[in-house]
Amino acid sequence: MASFAFYLFALLAVSGGVLLVTFRNPVTSALCMVLSFVGLAGLFIGLNAYFVGIVQVLVYAGAIMVLFIFIIMLLDLNDEKPVKFKSSTLLAGVAIPLLLLAQILGVIQSGLQGEEAEFTKIDAETMKVSAAAFPEESAIHKSLSHEKSPKLPDTNLIGHTIFKSYNFPLQLMGALLLVATVGVVVLSKRSHTKAPTDS
Amino acid sequence: MDTTFLIAAAIKIAVFIGITMSFVSICVIFERRFSAIIQDRVGPNRTMIPLSILGFKKDLALPIGGLTQPIADGLKFIFKEDFTPSYVRKVFFWLAPVLVVVPALLTMAVIPFGSPMEFGNTIIPMAIADLNVGPLFIFAIASLSVYGITLAGWASNSKYPFFGGVRACAQMISYEIALGLSIIPVLMYFGGLNLGHIVEDQVANGWLLLPLWNEGGFIIGSGYWGEPLVVQRLLLLIPIGVSFVIFTTSIFAETNRMPFDLPECETELVGGYHTEYSSMKFALFFMGEYAAMVVGSALIVTLFLGGWSIGFGIDGMLPTGAWWVSLLHIGVFLAKVTVFILFFILVRWTVPRFRYDQLMNLGWIVFFEAALINVFLAALIIASPSIGLGGVAIGGAFLILVTILLIKVAKGATQKPSATAV
Repeated sequence: MASFAFYLFALLAVSGGVLLVTFRNPVTSALCMVLSFVGLAGLFIGLNAYFVGIVQVLVYAGAIMVLFIFIIMLLDLNDEKPVKFKSSTLLAGVAIPLLLLAQILGVIQSGLQGEEAEFTKIDAETMKVSAAAFPEESAIHKSLSHEKSPKLPDTNLIGHTIFKSYNFPLQLMGALLLVATVGVVVLSKRSHTKAPTDS
Repeated sequence: MDTTFLIAAAIKIAVFIGITMSFVSICVIFERRFSAIIQDRVGPNRTMIPLSILGFKKDLALPIGGLTQPIADGLKFIFKEDFTPSYVRKVFFWLAPVLVVVPALLTMAVIPFGSPMEFGNTIIPMAIADLNVGPLFIFAIASLSVYGITLAGWASNSKYPFFGGVRACAQMISYEIALGLSIIPVLMYFGGLNLGHIVEDQVANGWLLLPLWNEGGFIIGSGYWGEPLVVQRLLLLIPIGVSFVIFTTSIFAETNRMPFDLPECETELVGGYHTEYSSMKFALFFMGEYAAMVVGSALIVTLFLGGWSIGFGIDGMLPTGAWWVSLLHIGVFLAKVTVFILFFILVRWTVPRFRYDQLMNLGWIVFFEAALINVFLAALIIASPSIGLGGVAIGGAFLILVTILLIKVAKGATQKPSATAV
């Protein structure tokens, strides 16, 4: 059942990616990218990472790609014309993916030889043991050591990791994004007010 | 175990999607009757079952006051000519209505309709998917319905639908931010994203907006005040009330309902993004809007008004897991959702439509800032027992400073640019 879902969503993600580059119409391409994102989200959910999967849909498919399509529609782009490539460009375009493919195959090969290739499902016992690392009244502890239906509290665990272990980098990243946002607003506003001085 | 799960899931999917779809059709008759009452008309109150077309002598009139009207409406949509204009982009034109309905129905999957039912040894939660990321799932899937509306406008290849689609896109992106930020105080209070647990918490400690009882007893008894953190809980009503207002209003905007139905504003845009659509394809847009309204009401009820709980401590007296208790809870939940749908309809027929810049100002300048301040306020109240009086004083001073600054910025943003600048 789980592997069936994996192949389904992997097919969705890969076919979305392939269709993205084959279609000539920009809107169709953008929608294929959405398909690919949805497939990726399905893969994340299959790995028990519900939060990451949902955020993938929420942020990429639901917000960023909507903006892409919005812009494409407003600009009213026409179909892309096929481009003649130089032979050296084509060669590089074939060689680099082949190198990456070889690397992935190497990793898979070395991973399969070791004993860690055997993935075990997270059972109630493991969860109970790992619950001891968290304070008794915390939501993570309660969810992991729940008597009837213990569940992996992935959202709480991500929050715990980000805000406990990586608090400073998170704040730094937030400041960086804020600076970028303010910078964009400042730059776009300045050109707007200065332009019509001669009127 | 696994077969029980599969059978239960199949039954739940059939029943809950069926409930949602019948609610959609009931919404239509409610809308027509309620608007008729508001406008001092009668409304559709005497629809008969047309047995005469089958060869009988008389039509059958059931004494249910026009409740069969949705059947007539649906049949009308199906039998109308399904006309596809020659200038549209065919694939997207056909895809768009589906992309509106499917997300709206999918979001129903995480709403807990009733208390969990015990069936032998297994406990069956009364939600199709008992996810740990409930509200986020709803936001994520609901945000996909933008594609349907935008594509409908673009694929129609015609001026007014395109304007409608662009408006819808901008509006939904803007209000998604307010929607997401406004429930952060709620989620901070519950400390989790599982909608089932959120409802169970409200059963024990009072509905989020109505904390009249807790584990100690009723508000008039001494047991209520003996519980720890009672004052903090009552103080939390301020940020939660603000959350409720912002969230409800944003749901109106997300579902493109009056007073925010600018994407289909008929005085400016003919019909909006579905101008070129006819027959069942138009009906799908219609259904998508109503389904989104039903899900929105269900989410508001679940988060703020106790979901399936009867309230006032009655749930504690009922046996847990019995099938009739679950059914009773489902009934209570649906009754609450119905009340909220009536509220949606009441607002539609009383409040006039906003202007487009007013809509954007409300979303970006009022709600966005208010939701941000609200998050800090809720955090301060929740953290107050552990940071002491000094911490609260510093935090409060900081909060007031930020609020004043934000109001100043917001005022600057709403000012019209002076004549010399242009």
